[in-house]
Amino acid sequence: MKVCITAQAAGLDAPVEPRFARAPFFVFIETGTGEIHSVANALCGGPGGAGPRVVQFIAEYGADVLVTGQLGENADRAIHAARIPAYATTEEKTVGEALEAFRSGTLREIS
Amino acid sequence: MKLVVASGKGGTGKTTVAANLAYALARSREVVTVDCDVEAPNLHLFFPSMAHELPARVPVPAVDPARCTLCGECGRFCRFGAISVLKTEVFFLPDLCHSCGGCRYVCPENAVRDEYRTVGSVRCARPSPSLTLIGGVLGEGEVQAPAVVRYAKRLAEGAPLIIYDAPPGIGCTVIETLKGADACLLVTESTPFGAHDLALAAEVARQLELPTGVVINRSDGDDRAIRQICRELGLPVLMTIPFDRSIATIQNRGGLISREHDGWRSRFAALFADACGLGGRA
Ligand code: SF4
Ligand code: SF4
Repeated sequence: MKVCITAQAAGLDAPVEPRFARAPFFVFIETGTGEIHSVANALCGGPGGAGPRVVQFIAEYGADVLVTGQLGENADRAIHAARIPAYATTEEKTVGEALEAFRSGTLREIS
Repeated sequence: MKLVVASGKGGTGKTTVAANLAYALARSREVVTVDCDVEAPNLHLFFPSMAHELPARVPVPAVDPARCTLCGECGRFCRFGAISVLKTEVFFLPDLCHSCGGCRYVCPENAVRDEYRTVGSVRCARPSPSLTLIGGVLGEGEVQAPAVVRYAKRLAEGAPLIIYDAPPGIGCTVIETLKGADACLLVTESTPFGAHDLALAAEVARQLELPTGVVINRSDGDDRAIRQICRELGLPVLMTIPFDRSIATIQNRGGLISREHDGWRSRFAALFADACGLGGRA
């Protein structure tokens, strides 16, 4: 399963970024193999309407699950349509800690 | 003659000036007004009458799932996030779409066709045989204000004398209003506070090559500062409306000074003649 976590920088030690579409980085973790890819968000500083575009981007990247802080209204509509379950990190964590929290099932699903 | 009444900021009495002009001119000729302030239309309030409403529709994409290969091109193109390609479907958020047509253009499978969606309406009324009011109304939560302005303007097209009441500010809808017009009147107050907005609006009009004049509204009698600014901007002051109790009383109850005072009626007729002169027209 590929987990996408919104982050302020690349890698597992980066702090989680609570904003979804405006996150500077996405860290993709393939839980089966442990493979990690950090990708800069090209739409980070762009105009409005970034939410659905970013959803398309992470869907194309193969994300099965999203971990972030909060979703804007349009991103929320798109993530549902993409059938990518989204989970909220409740506090300031690193990407690695958020991944652990997700694995242990302590994160709340954003619905 | 197509004349825009605009102002750099709201609350300067722009609509009142447009209404007075329309009333004064409609005494002797046929006038069509177009309220382009589609987010807060109020020109019609000066002329209570029955209105017909037409839907203002825009083309939006409809994807044929039989042709679509989910290639993602349309979603990568749309900078408004209105169309996105997800794993099993193309997802469309109609209220974000600006009808640019790009998604249809970039689709390699020719899977996108136009569908029509109502984003507002246009009200048409005829309070007197020589006066037609056309007004755009943007639907709640909709983004396509310029499209509604275009729609309203199109309905007035062909009339010999059109007065457009522009939205306040200098956004896309103002530019849409100014496009294709012959001249522009900027309504300002006598305080220099609005000077910055006046200068911005004048600059937009200049870029669209619209001859522009100024109406000073609610003048306290000391207009030196604003006149100085107009001189610097090269804008002639065509009319000054004093801040005066009898005028305020008429306007506070929604009345028009050109309806209640013959003097003002001829002054507004003269204002129009001067505005025509700006554009080098008779
Ligand atoms: S018409 Fe333009 S704005 Fe609308 S969905 Fe297509 S690309 Fe996006
Ligand atoms: S560009 Fe055309 S084929 Fe590709 S996803 Fe969009 S609608 Fe489908």
